[in-house]
Amino acid sequence: MEIFHNANYDFIRWRWHAITLSLVIVLAGFAMMFMRGLPLGIDFSGGTSLVVRFSQPVTLDKVRDAVAPLGGEAVVQQFGDASENRLLIRLPQQEGAEEGTALEQGSQRAEQALKSAGLPSFEVDNREIVGPVIGADLQRRGIYAVLTSLAAITIYIGFRFRFSFGVGAIVATLHDVLVTLAFLMFFKYDISLNVVAAILTITGYSVNDTIVIFDRVRENLRSRRKDPLSQVVNQSVNQTLGRTIITAGTTFLSVLALYLFGGEALRGFAFTMLVGVISGTYSTVFIASAIAIILSQHKGGKPQAAAAPTGEASERPGRKQRRARAS
Amino acid sequence: MMKNLQWRIGLIVAVIGLSIWAFVPPEQKVKLGLDLKGGVHLVLRVKTDDALKVETDTTVDRLRDSLTRAGVAFSKVEAVNPTEFRVEGLQDDAAFRAQAGDADAVYDRASEAGGYSYRMKPNVANQLRDETVTQALETIERRVNELGVAEPIVARYGARDQILVQLPGVSDVRRAKEIIRSTARLELRLVDQGPFPTREAALQAFNNNLPPDDEVLPGKSEGSGTGGTAGSAVYVVKKVSAVAGNDLRNAQQSLDQFNRPAVHFTLKQDAAMRFGTFTEANIGRPMAIILDGRVMSVATIQGRITDSGQITGITREEMLDQVITLKSGALPASMDYLEERTVGPSLGQDSIRAGVTASLAGLALVVVFMVFYYKLTGFNAVVSIVVNLLILLGLMAAIPVTMTLPGVAGFILTIGMGVDSNVLIFERIKEELATARGARAAVNAGFDRVWWTIVDTHVSSLIAALLLLQFGTGPIRGFAVTLIIGLLSNVFTAVFVSRTMFEMILSRRQQAQTLSI
Repeated sequence: MEIFHNANYDFIRWRWHAITLSLVIVLAGFAMMFMRGLPLGIDFSGGTSLVVRFSQPVTLDKVRDAVAPLGGEAVVQQFGDASENRLLIRLPQQEGAEEGTALEQGSQRAEQALKSAGLPSFEVDNREIVGPVIGADLQRRGIYAVLTSLAAITIYIGFRFRFSFGVGAIVATLHDVLVTLAFLMFFKYDISLNVVAAILTITGYSVNDTIVIFDRVRENLRSRRKDPLSQVVNQSVNQTLGRTIITAGTTFLSVLALYLFGGEALRGFAFTMLVGVISGTYSTVFIASAIAIILSQHKGGKPQAAAAPTGEASERPGRKQRRARAS
Repeated sequence: MMKNLQWRIGLIVAVIGLSIWAFVPPEQKVKLGLDLKGGVHLVLRVKTDDALKVETDTTVDRLRDSLTRAGVAFSKVEAVNPTEFRVEGLQDDAAFRAQAGDADAVYDRASEAGGYSYRMKPNVANQLRDETVTQALETIERRVNELGVAEPIVARYGARDQILVQLPGVSDVRRAKEIIRSTARLELRLVDQGPFPTREAALQAFNNNLPPDDEVLPGKSEGSGTGGTAGSAVYVVKKVSAVAGNDLRNAQQSLDQFNRPAVHFTLKQDAAMRFGTFTEANIGRPMAIILDGRVMSVATIQGRITDSGQITGITREEMLDQVITLKSGALPASMDYLEERTVGPSLGQDSIRAGVTASLAGLALVVVFMVFYYKLTGFNAVVSIVVNLLILLGLMAAIPVTMTLPGVAGFILTIGMGVDSNVLIFERIKEELATARGARAAVNAGFDRVWWTIVDTHVSSLIAALLLLQFGTGPIRGFAVTLIIGLLSNVFTAVFVSRTMFEMILSRRQQAQTLSI
């Protein structure tokens, strides 16, 4: 069985449309970010988050009223299945709060407010209090981790392939990170530690996809030196299309299972992965190779000249023997 | 060829056996993180400035004493901040230098008009800070052990002055936090006057002009004090304590004369000598027992006391906690909480159930798809993915790696990666089959051509996972480690295990032209 029998779609023709679409999504994301600010979870912004389990069902509004006097923009939402009566209450970092003693005050005051509001009895299932020092530290480390991972992967691909491919792969990956962030904005997810972990996983995944195609391009360039690069790339994308779609599909399925059954705590993580998998596949097919072609053309003038492989020297030793044996 | 195949099958069976042996039964062998087991994760900051301040204050006191004793004229010797002090109004520089030689080992000296300013040497300050954190760490370890927590973690964390404390299965978080943070500095000081209802009243008794060697301290917090104890009053007490925090030898649960809870403490030998002299000289005067800057109780000194005393007027809980903190010794500096994450055991249970459901659902979806799409060959993929998960579980139990909620996500992604490599290989084999050179050639070519692609994809994923390890704390580290192990074992299963299975099929059909793929 095959999904695509001798697929031969002209993906390269659509490259400018694809780039435009991506730009629209990313810019819309940026616009929302500027309007509403980056929705940092308490891991990064500091603050208090409580998961409270009530003995009987309560309405969100009642709980909102109970914590309203605490000031700040408290968030109250359902946590997990409705039958569990679990609510998530999130309080922002108190303005001008000193480190230390004040750190616990938010949670203590919230619990006090809930007790005195005449709600059913409750138990605190989860309490997270993050001070501004830790929040700022995690922010710095999160940004650092994403950027260094992008840089390290670019270097690796630049080393294994050629520079323009490295740039293509990294633009595609950066694209996935930004598109994922945009969708997190659209669907009002907070950026938590888990979400950053998912974004880092996406960088690895997205590059994976791209490498598979680039590997094929390199292989095809060796046998078809006369063809223009854009044609070789398009052919390579088509040859690997079955694999790209199947892999994306199965990864999507397993992440979907995580999203549906993984519980509330992993919801943000699973959502980020879902968006990232789709975006990663799309960028692999439409963005990565397009960028590689555009860069090669600009650098080398004539496409044919640019299409020539970087030379036999770049071929890995031992590969020829293997191929000889294989045929 | 056959011998080679037998050897490969043997290796695979051995790996599977070892892995299963390593993690069965999983309830005992797989370590669960706080987010699954329930418990509390705390990050504290040691205020190392406290320790530097003590050092500077002591140096200032000593210098002032020796200058006075040697008759060297000065107008002022005082600490400016925890690491600096100044000497002013000197007349005889040589005489001063003769007395102040000691300070030069620890402080950098700079000349000023009529005096000097001293600043602690950076390397000395750093060493002192480091020692303070180490001491705090050891003290916290002793306290956590006294609390009786199973498998606690107490470790340095992040920045230099931070300490991570993880207490699995602890439900009374507030108490644990108090016990960990309590400085447990026990002091015995003379009471000048008191009690007063408020601080203002206390100051008024001295016409708002407190003697320089006195200070106002609060009594015990309201509500908990009963009988002849401090209540919520304030006291005017001497600044100097007859004993220091490290003079304590032991603390025990005990009862006072009215059979109420009390803490009985004993002093070390040299402290006992000093305390004996001190009490003898002050018979008839009131003395305060001060714990962490609060007056716990006041009693009149009836006679010479040497090595022991009692803290009375406390509740049973306070007694238990004070015994733990006093026994484990005083902290060298006070501490702040920077972060607290508490997970109740029921939420952890629910997360485990959700994680297992999600993993099984993900696996089931993938199995159905692979068998449907690749027919018999699909089983190869299923076997290699399952073996991958077994190896992952086995290694996690053997290393051991703590299983966290994001780690569960790592499992599911490992399934995804396993599928990816298999699909990559299978699609290539399909293409090679189309060139009609026979099944064996197609399988060989498929694996050979895809090998470097698999290396490249795994290396780039490994880069991302390693940086995640660098960035991550607790649960995220669990995710990163799971991902790394999954990636490495996937190379083995997708290439070695899967290929062996192809060889098994082909060994029975030497001249096969087709495959069920």
